[in-house]
Amino acid sequence: MKIDVNGQVREVDVPADMPLLWVLRDVLGMTGTKYGCGIAQCGACTVHVDGEAVRSCATGVSEVQGKKVTTIEGLGASGLHPVQRAWIEADVVQCGWCQPGQIMAAAALLKTKPKPSDGDIDEALSGNICRCGTYQRIRAAVHRASDLTAAGERRAEAGAERSEGLVSEMSAAAGAKS
Amino acid sequence: MSARRGPSRRQFLKTSAGLVIGFTVAPKTRLFAFQQPGGAPALPPPNAFLRIGEDDTVTVILAHSEMGQGVWTTLPMLVAEELECDWAKIRVENAPAAPAYGHTAYGAQMTGGSTSTWSELDRYRQVGAMAREMLIAAAAAEWKVDRESCRAEKGFVVSGDRRASYGSLAKSAAQQTPPASVALKDRKDWKIVGKPTRRLDSASKVAGKATFGMDVRVPGMKVAQIERSPVFGGRVKSFKADKAKAVPGVRAVVEVPSGIAVVADHFWAARLGRQALEIEWDLGPGASLDTGKTLEEYRARLGAEGLKAKAAGDVGPALAKASKRVDAEYAFPYLAHAAMEPLNATAVVGPDGVDVWAGTQFQSGDQAAAAKIAGVAPEKVRLHTTFLGGGFGRRANPANDFVAEAVQVAKASGMPVKVVWTREDDMHGGYYRPMWAHKVSAGLGADGRPVAWKQTIVGQSIMEGTPFAMMIKEGIDETSVEGVVDSPYIEAIPHHHVGLHSPKSPVPVLWWRSVGHTHTAFVMETMVDELAAAAGQDPLAYRRRLLQKAPRHLGVLELAAARAGWGTPAPAGRFRGLAVHSSFGSYVAQVAEVSVEKGKVRVHRVVCAIDCGICVNPAGVTAQMESAIVFGLSAALYGAITLKDGRVQQSNFDDYLVLRLDEMPKVEVHIVSSSEKAGGAGEPGTPPIAPAVANAVFAATGKRLRNLPLKLA
Ligand code: FES
Ligand code: FES
Repeated sequence: MKIDVNGQVREVDVPADMPLLWVLRDVLGMTGTKYGCGIAQCGACTVHVDGEAVRSCATGVSEVQGKKVTTIEGLGASGLHPVQRAWIEADVVQCGWCQPGQIMAAAALLKTKPKPSDGDIDEALSGNICRCGTYQRIRAAVHRASDLTAAGERRAEAGAERSEGLVSEMSAAAGAKS
Repeated sequence: MSARRGPSRRQFLKTSAGLVIGFTVAPKTRLFAFQQPGGAPALPPPNAFLRIGEDDTVTVILAHSEMGQGVWTTLPMLVAEELECDWAKIRVENAPAAPAYGHTAYGAQMTGGSTSTWSELDRYRQVGAMAREMLIAAAAAEWKVDRESCRAEKGFVVSGDRRASYGSLAKSAAQQTPPASVALKDRKDWKIVGKPTRRLDSASKVAGKATFGMDVRVPGMKVAQIERSPVFGGRVKSFKADKAKAVPGVRAVVEVPSGIAVVADHFWAARLGRQALEIEWDLGPGASLDTGKTLEEYRARLGAEGLKAKAAGDVGPALAKASKRVDAEYAFPYLAHAAMEPLNATAVVGPDGVDVWAGTQFQSGDQAAAAKIAGVAPEKVRLHTTFLGGGFGRRANPANDFVAEAVQVAKASGMPVKVVWTREDDMHGGYYRPMWAHKVSAGLGADGRPVAWKQTIVGQSIMEGTPFAMMIKEGIDETSVEGVVDSPYIEAIPHHHVGLHSPKSPVPVLWWRSVGHTHTAFVMETMVDELAAAAGQDPLAYRRRLLQKAPRHLGVLELAAARAGWGTPAPAGRFRGLAVHSSFGSYVAQVAEVSVEKGKVRVHRVVCAIDCGICVNPAGVTAQMESAIVFGLSAALYGAITLKDGRVQQSNFDDYLVLRLDEMPKVEVHIVSSSEKAGGAGEPGTPPIAPAVANAVFAATGKRLRNLPLKLA
């Protein structure tokens, strides 16, 4: 069976009903997508299928044939996605296990609602559990990501070059004081 | 890791992102490889804690596990403060399991009890200071100048117009004799400690690149699941594995002490194989467990005093003479930790010892357990600590369950194995916060102050039957009564008696974020609220009176109350409740603002004040308060593990509910500026939230809820 993950077509020899989550993690070795419940209750396994947030633990791999799967590893096409940058700025992360799923859910939300209200965020992200309780920062970071995305678009329209590379961003984030 | 290992091994360790590469195998020329400080036994061995590369990177080696609480950032802050290095050059690694990394207070290498920051405050600063002194000595020798003319500054040693980076000095600094003693900076000179500092592990975690236990992949590795007894204490009587072995991808089926393990190419094949197992169980007495009945037994025991945990005066006559008397009973269920990453561990049993990869809070214990199973000396167990997808105490298990199983399955199958627990396994796996019942009888004097307090507590001991049992003194497990026997309220009551019953049960129990304080703070803070009401006084004013000799309690109470607007009208439909409690060396007060609609409690706002003494990273403390409040709210509103016919009734997040984003209150955290001894931050934010909410529910409805989770109707 062939599946398209982050723009690469991968051949996998697995049962058709094997959840995409385990194909990603245990067959393709892409462990950024996390397991939390296996029954579509926690959102840790969230990926995008044709741009939509999907629970990969409850999605048979055959269901994504012919579709485009995006995982946390492929979210920022070059460097970090604005949602990931906002997450670093807002110091959201604690243990971090839920965060790839939270970020994928937030990125999908911002695609359809670039300026989400708190209500929109509640609706889109209440399926994602965080046992470390980072919810307040998640809310703030989604708003921040919305601003960053808008600013990025303005820059792109003005033909400005993307100045921040992954490395400088990461070290800036590591060194920054809030 | 021994240097004898061949290139393939080295290669594998390097390509497994996030795993520890011990400093002994890295090329010496690139290291700041200190010698052991022979003449200075009081100082830690710096090479165990710090490496400076010729590329100027400063690698801090963590003796504590990062499980979300922020040690990945806090401990490097301590080093950087004294080292005077460039913060952007800091890298962090987990330490291997070794005696050098023993807890400065516990001895064993472990993370827990909200101790990491205060217990490392001196050691990690000393490491930074020693390195700084050796770098300065190296520069002074090279430049042939007086040491006194040199100073350390943002990753450079500077003297006059000469400058040399730490990286360029690393090699020669390693040749310097470590100082016999180092002077630590004065607090007023701190540049990093005390400043809100963002986490160093965010970038890798948001990119999905951080390696957690479940993300470990080693060559030839198989994935195993274990079918364990459906009731606690059950044993395999017999099993048939033919059908399981016929499932494509299943490589082995082996028996281990906890059950039958199916070893397969991946999680899914292991699961299908596991479903095809045929097992006959010898269930044993655990099959009759019923938490409803357990609670009845606990309640019956409340009638007898129990073992004395604390007493003064003569409580019986004082109660009889009191002008008012309040009696109340409380009940608390078992609670699962339900860390977001289900339990797991990876083990390779080889001719040269054992490699274990685990997100663990208890390296020393797990290493010893693995050694015993494999029949090797503990130093032959190379324990590689990964990031933990949450711990909350569950990953510090004196019974070493999840690590032991991985070694057992690897040994029995002869394959490198990662044992993964499903969420259901994790939920059913025991090591819960114990069930508890309390009874309090309090008598008030004519002025409304309590003059007599009699309390009885019933619940399983956590320490009993573990290597920590020596901490049980005269039958009293301190963790069963903490928060009561050290309560300033009880201290101020002339006649009091606290008694404890510690019944045994096949249900395994463990510390759960804030341990005994999870129930004792609830009892103390809701009871005091009741007494305030009985005395016809405002809850804040009443506590003020009782806490006259507890200035730090009072300090956070006043701060939280002021910031919450206590005494001013709450927004329409909302009601306030407060609580204050000290645990793990810190003091926390919280004011909760709630509404009750159609029998449902909603928490809108929580104002939290903490006094944790010297605060190393205020950003981290703030995050831990937010986190601890959410953790406590999940338990207050929903948390309960129940058993019927020995079976745990909850399985996953659909029936073990936890707080979700749409229920998240606005949390405001205020940190008291303090120069007192540093206290903990990971746990102290949890105890006050449930009583603060229950007291707010009383304000809203007039109903006293004395059982958790809170249920109206
Ligand atoms: S693992 Fe898929 S929703 Fe929880
Ligand atoms: S950060 Fe730990 S579960 Fe969300």
